Amino acid sequence: MDSVRYDGERRGNRVPIALKILIAGGFGAGKTTLVSALSEVRPLQTEEILTDAGIDTDDLSGVETKTTTTVAMDFGRITINDDLQLYLFGTPGQDRFWFLWDELAFGALGAVVLADTRRLADCFPSIDYFEQRGIPFVVGVNCFDDARRFSLEAVRRALDLDPDVPMVLCDARDRQSGKTVLISLVEHVARHRGEPVPTA
Amino acid sequence: MRTELPGHRHEWLDEDAGPVVRPYTLTGGRARPSTDGLDLVAYVLAKPDPDLAAYPELHPEHRLLVELAGRGTPVVELAADLDLAIGVVRVLLGDLLSRGLVAVHQPPRATYLPDNDILKAVVDGLRAL
Repeated sequence: MDSVRYDGERRGNRVPIALKILIAGGFGAGKTTLVSALSEVRPLQTEEILTDAGIDTDDLSGVETKTTTTVAMDFGRITINDDLQLYLFGTPGQDRFWFLWDELAFGALGAVVLADTRRLADCFPSIDYFEQRGIPFVVGVNCFDDARRFSLEAVRRALDLDPDVPMVLCDARDRQSGKTVLISLVEHVARHRGEPVPTA
Repeated sequence: MRTELPGHRHEWLDEDAGPVVRPYTLTGGRARPSTDGLDLVAYVLAKPDPDLAAYPELHPEHRLLVELAGRGTPVVELAADLDLAIGVVRVLLGDLLSRGLVAVHQPPRATYLPDNDILKAVVDGLRAL
């Protein structure tokens, strides 16, 4: 359709470049909190419809009468400048909604996997997903107040992470802390491409 | 009162049906947009001074979309603003595209492999926040 254009063809109106970053991790790992802390607008929510394709793998035990549902997606925006915006998408908490992950991950710059040291195994599916698709990611170890402190090396071993995957301790509630995680992701993306790491 | 549509009775269209049924009534039951693959962060721009009066068949939601797209808005923000599912918004945008009321700018291919200047701008921008 001729009214769908790719950016190189744009004329007149300036259209910003929008980069997608995924915020993944297990249920309750702080994804929504991190998106909220970083977004310049109140975090927005949209829905996608859980289709039959999704229902195949959905556990409907106990909810047999409900054959349809929608999946909420949290997202936030960070405006870098007039030409550049970051969109942060929290992945749906239930890892079984892969069809939505594929949509979110398409064209994404990279991902942050939030890890909760009390339930490390919860972030395995996220890590597997990004590893299998070659999407660069960093692991943010969310420091919950009541969690035991582990060394990053211990967490790396437990997650069986490649040595080049950056790990960052963070507090998902704190904007500065969240920024540090995003910066480490973008630097990782640059390294991933074999280009010099951007420095301030 | 529920309106019974002759010939369209399905056992799942009862009080317990999930919200799926309702969003797609807005699209006349169409679940697939006429234009495939509108990215979540594709920018939708309304044509200047669109003549909406010429299209009486359009729903209020179509008109709202055109209004919101006046300043250029990504698909996902349109969905959030209208509180509609992404799939529904894509169908409605397909209607607007086919009538030439909006233009869609898909993210440039380069977005998928941003060059170092863009990555550096992102890092600098984040540091400056």
